[in-house]
Amino acid sequence: MRYIERDLVVEAVERLCIEANYYIEDDVLNALKRSRKLETSPIGQKVLDQIIENDFIARNDSVPMCQDTGMVVVFLEIGNLIHIDYDIYDAINEGVRNGYLHGYLRKSVVKHPLDRVNTGDNTPAVIHTKIVMGNSLTITLAPKGAGSENMSLVKMLTPADGYEGVKKLVLDTIFDAKGKPCPPIIVGIGIGGTFEKCALLAKEALMRPIDDVSEDPIARKLEEELLEEINKLGIGPLGFGGTQTALAVKVNVYPCHIASLPVAVNTQCHAARHKKIVL
Amino acid sequence: MKITTPLTDEVIENLRSGDQVYITGKIYTARDAAHKRLVELLKNNQPLPFDIKGQIIYYVGPTPAKPGQVIGSAGPTTSSRMDPYTPVLLEAGLKGMIGKGERRDYVKEAIVKHKAIYFAAIGGAGALIARTIRSVKTIAYEDLGAETIRELEVVDFPAFVVNDIYGNDLMLDNISKYRMEDKNE
Ligand code: SF4
Repeated sequence: MRYIERDLVVEAVERLCIEANYYIEDDVLNALKRSRKLETSPIGQKVLDQIIENDFIARNDSVPMCQDTGMVVVFLEIGNLIHIDYDIYDAINEGVRNGYLHGYLRKSVVKHPLDRVNTGDNTPAVIHTKIVMGNSLTITLAPKGAGSENMSLVKMLTPADGYEGVKKLVLDTIFDAKGKPCPPIIVGIGIGGTFEKCALLAKEALMRPIDDVSEDPIARKLEEELLEEINKLGIGPLGFGGTQTALAVKVNVYPCHIASLPVAVNTQCHAARHKKIVL
Repeated sequence: MKITTPLTDEVIENLRSGDQVYITGKIYTARDAAHKRLVELLKNNQPLPFDIKGQIIYYVGPTPAKPGQVIGSAGPTTSSRMDPYTPVLLEAGLKGMIGKGERRDYVKEAIVKHKAIYFAAIGGAGALIARTIRSVKTIAYEDLGAETIRELEVVDFPAFVVNDIYGNDLMLDNISKYRMEDKNE
């Protein structure tokens, strides 16, 4: 048994909130540079230049790359050999509160979805937990902006829709969204499980490194084909027309019922922010 | 192309969808709740908190300024949420809007009718855009927090013309240009 101090969790979350919003990960930045090289539309090239310049300014000046500093999504992997005697959710929310205050991040969370009063401190976070083997606590934190989250969907397809049905759903979703999710986007796709499981799979898919490819041969084929076909839609950077609409497509799959085919599409903007720490 | 505010008819007539512009002068921030209030004032024939004639409204909700900054990161928000309020403001003399994403058809028609321009700034380029904002003055509705109407003094604010007075539409026209039709559709 290893005891993990509450302060350690609070401080780690505070730091992750700030760093995720200020410092883009190298894998995303490299993918943006790659898409700048591939883009053939002159206006798309200008847009990508500005996005890349923006990300450098944010890094150098330690300021948020985007003003929508998001709602915080946290994935916890809790080792079975760690011991905590406090409310971990409360500790995480304290970290979020501190991070958004000390990092000068925008508070974008309302207390109730229908009366819409701002909570003032960007809490609560959306927290997913998993029990794993080991004596560590892994925190993956992703601030998620609304522009791209709003273009996501869950659809219960039928088994007969199959592979092609999934492709059509994804392509239609991306085409309808056009410039709204701030392309070039990363597309997280969850297939299988149940209604709620596929949504979680899609979000988890977005946490994978950008150059990671699926180990599942069908998912991998889907990732490759969809990336190519999304980039043929013509949407381009910010929807101004071009060949670089998506940086990557990530597909996560899970077994499902004989009679269902749940599919979730989670769109992620170019300000793809997530950071991970192992305590 | 460099342009200054307030926008004149000559400038507007010269702008074409796809042009990259650098805007210098005063622009005004407003989002959903502020739009609602402005439109209500107009409906009741009451004066607006700033003279809207020839001006540009920027759809933005910045992050808090760090010490030493005039404003935090300040990229555009999705414009279509302001669509229902936009024709009334154009009628009142508004000449430009800056945001991200497409507008509805009735807004595009009102843009042509009232000789105005819809610009898009780079969504997600909040840090880059903030550098072009030199001063910030509160104009009205401080109670709305991030949605307060502010007057921004900008120098070479980068944007692209999306909808011009000739009915061109950068997004519609250019997406079909780069679209490779094959098995999908
Ligand atoms: S979609 Fe992403 S990049 Fe665009 S404004 Fe929202 S958070 Fe920023």
